[in-house]
Amino acid sequence: MMDSEATVYELSVPGRPGVSLPLLDVPETSFPDVPLREELRLPELSELDVTRHYQRLSQRNFGVDSGFYPLGSCTMKYNPKINEAIAQMAGFAQTHPLQSEDSVQGNLELICRLQDWLAEIGGFDRVSLQPAAGANGELAALLMMRAYHKDHGEKGRTQVLIPDSAHGTNPASTSMAGFDVLEIPSDERGNLNIDALRSACDDTVVGIMLTNPNTLGLFEEQVREITDIVHSCGALVYGDGANMNALTGIVQPRDLGIDLMHFNLHKTFSTPHGGGGPGSGPLGAAGPLCDYLPGPIVERRNRDGGGYCYDIVIPDRSIGRTCTYFGNFAVLVRTYAYIRMLGAEGLKQNALHAVLNANYLRVRLQEAYKVPFDRLCMHEFVCEGVATGTGVRAIDISKRLIDYGFHPPTNYFPLIVREALMIEPTETESKPTLDAYIEAMLMIADEVRKAPDVLKSAPHTAPVGRLDEVKAARDLKLCDPTIFT
Amino acid sequence: MSNTKYSEEHEWISVDGDTVTIGITNHAQEQLGDVVFVELPDVGSTISKGEDAGVIESVKAASELVAPVSGEVVETNSALEDEPGKVNEDPENSAWFIKVKLSDASELDGLMDVEAYKSFIA
Repeated sequence: MMDSEATVYELSVPGRPGVSLPLLDVPETSFPDVPLREELRLPELSELDVTRHYQRLSQRNFGVDSGFYPLGSCTMKYNPKINEAIAQMAGFAQTHPLQSEDSVQGNLELICRLQDWLAEIGGFDRVSLQPAAGANGELAALLMMRAYHKDHGEKGRTQVLIPDSAHGTNPASTSMAGFDVLEIPSDERGNLNIDALRSACDDTVVGIMLTNPNTLGLFEEQVREITDIVHSCGALVYGDGANMNALTGIVQPRDLGIDLMHFNLHKTFSTPHGGGGPGSGPLGAAGPLCDYLPGPIVERRNRDGGGYCYDIVIPDRSIGRTCTYFGNFAVLVRTYAYIRMLGAEGLKQNALHAVLNANYLRVRLQEAYKVPFDRLCMHEFVCEGVATGTGVRAIDISKRLIDYGFHPPTNYFPLIVREALMIEPTETESKPTLDAYIEAMLMIADEVRKAPDVLKSAPHTAPVGRLDEVKAARDLKLCDPTIFT
Repeated sequence: MSNTKYSEEHEWISVDGDTVTIGITNHAQEQLGDVVFVELPDVGSTISKGEDAGVIESVKAASELVAPVSGEVVETNSALEDEPGKVNEDPENSAWFIKVKLSDASELDGLMDVEAYKSFIA
């Protein structure tokens, strides 16, 4: 086990400052008493102490660049370094969003082209790159649906249909938009229950939020029937594009009857996640909904007398901005680089390999881990991390995986699978990596029977052992009273 | 708890005249895992069958207390908000959630008895 790392407060040595302030060369004046604190316990360390402390901490991070990271529904694919090189080019990195349009035509061209590419990938008529993340795109889409229904004199539509397998952001966005959630159950094949959907559809329905493939990693087999039923009651179909990595270059969601959909650039299009983000959730729209997209967006205009230029425009009935300026532009540059590098055929190969990798893992692991919806999966699958009679749960299996050098899969989601382990390998992993993961998972399955206590106390090789998540949630302390008063 | 009914949302409903006490079953707390947060409705508020009447968060999931009946909330077990772990320790007794004055006693007819609930979760 690695040594635990002391905090900067514990490493502090009184009188060891990290900076040398210049001598006072202005008249000394007194500071007002009110904001003064009796004591300000800042840690005192040299620059080298601080550098080494954070260097050590950074080396304990686990990312896609350190190892296999099959976090289901997150598409933790490798982010090619060329994306970074392009994004750091001065013409992109050192421009300002308030520069005049004529001085940033290259940036606007990139935005315009990326809008067009995403529209083509999704089969949509128009795309806005504004939303800053997936849930931001969801909220924007719901506000668009509201504006659309209002313009058609239908104020009585207040219910949003959400499958019981949906991402938690779907009901959260619905609630933020001021609508009510109506949950639609799944059937025994892991598809949306068509009968339940049919009986829920009436003139109170705003629309449905549909993820395809759904979070079980399964393609909705009656997707066209679903979208037809929803449309027939005058409601709209929103696609949650989180799982688009299974479909790029193969299926255009618009062909499935989807009116609006967000893309997760930080999933499907290899831009960094989380702390390395930010994210980006561009929104595609079809037909009359295009006018409601958040703006600004960029359009190409032919100049009188020849040539063309790029204009910043707001769609006619736009719901407004969802983000400052043009969305997270540096993320858009990375996406542009990625799509340009792969091309249409490359994106299609990505989807095919993502699905192949997931099915390889599913078939090899299901001898030890029950897969409740046992059919050909798409880019991910869900199995049960539980062994009756042993007391071992999904969380124990996940923690034990850390000892084997792998990032755990998504736990306890979707909620409709008992002790869910949701595994998404992505297309960027090689067969030897997948085989090493399979071997670790099968060894853990063996340990479940032979040495369950090893699992329940895992991880054993990480810098810290099993963290007390219950205490962290029940007894939350955001500041240490011995440091901050 | 001789006159106790059960809902498909894994709640127990103990009937005493026109007032019922509602909590979640032992099966529900086992499925949820360690409960870390409970939010209860206000006393005096009205709840409607099938709609949210509170929030239960565990380390695994956030879920709702779905009202198994309609009526007025006459008392809440506010101790659960300070000590949510009681839901795991004594779910079917001291860790009750709310007491409700029924607005439609016939809603009880649609609930399960203990035998039906046992086979429901089997």
